[in-house]
Amino acid sequence: MSVTKNNPEDPVIIAGQAYTSRLLLGTGKYKDMDETLHAIEASGSQIITVAIRRTNIGQNTDEPNLLDVIRPDKYTILPNTAGCYDADSAIRTCLLARELLDGHKLVKLEVLGDEKTLFPDVPATIIAAEELIKEDFDVMVYTNDDPIMAKRFEEMGCVAVMPLAAPIGSGLGIRNPYNIRTIVENASVPIIVDAGVGTASDAAIAMELGCDGVLMNTAVAEAKNPVLMASAMKKGIESGRQAFLAGRMPRRAYASASSPIDGTFF
Amino acid sequence: MQITLNGESLVIDNQVNIIQLLSRLEISGRLAVEVNQRIIPRSLFSTYEIESGDNVEIVEAIGGG
Repeated sequence: MSVTKNNPEDPVIIAGQAYTSRLLLGTGKYKDMDETLHAIEASGSQIITVAIRRTNIGQNTDEPNLLDVIRPDKYTILPNTAGCYDADSAIRTCLLARELLDGHKLVKLEVLGDEKTLFPDVPATIIAAEELIKEDFDVMVYTNDDPIMAKRFEEMGCVAVMPLAAPIGSGLGIRNPYNIRTIVENASVPIIVDAGVGTASDAAIAMELGCDGVLMNTAVAEAKNPVLMASAMKKGIESGRQAFLAGRMPRRAYASASSPIDGTFF
Repeated sequence: MQITLNGESLVIDNQVNIIQLLSRLEISGRLAVEVNQRIIPRSLFSTYEIESGDNVEIVEAIGGG
């Protein structure tokens, strides 16, 4: 994605919509709805992921409906296809999400390969992405950190490609920065690291590599203080982005004195 | 008549449309309904009659990443 140095707001454009926040936040695993909302507010996120599940029948909880708290008129709701292990259930989930959200087209497509790793089933993801694009969805696709596959998803018409940095919920950080950088260099759609960050420095590294954003959930929700971590992540993303735009100094094998050598009196 | 609702069987005494079904189940709020794996748009809730043997799914948005 080209760098927008001349726009001080430096937005990321996803499916034609400009977002000043480059942090996309999930809503799973929080203690309660209140904590979810406070974490979202502290993160500054504008794109919030949700899952689509069966309504509990006859088990009226005190918890309000998620979309009454995270309101679609205030946030861009990004329904995911988490839990789908085949293309058909992912497509079905997106169709239900579109109905639920009054025709909203933006979805996060993930078709998982196995429960242990939650790595994507890439062939099944391709099938689902093709069908969803045909159905006029704006597809943000979760995939491996594979530069060739990332390019294929872009060519297919996905509006953003979201390589994992490490397995979902693992918090292992950016395990293959060279692949992520190659994906970014090749891309002309936003590249958003989806999954794997554990703390703010991981998010900063992703941004320093040139990623357009980071999508996370567990790193915030499972922090001892999720709201504080949400704020830390916001800053990590912002400083990583600024460092990328600023352009880091070259690495040297040996020292280079910061103070002048001329004019010494000793 | 018997239907399958969110994976479980449910007996209903008489004919209902989707609005009536939701109100009988005391479900409200933002949701989407599928009957036999076909989405039923909200605009049709008051006219779409549930039939015996239908497989009904009612879904909502919950927390997820």
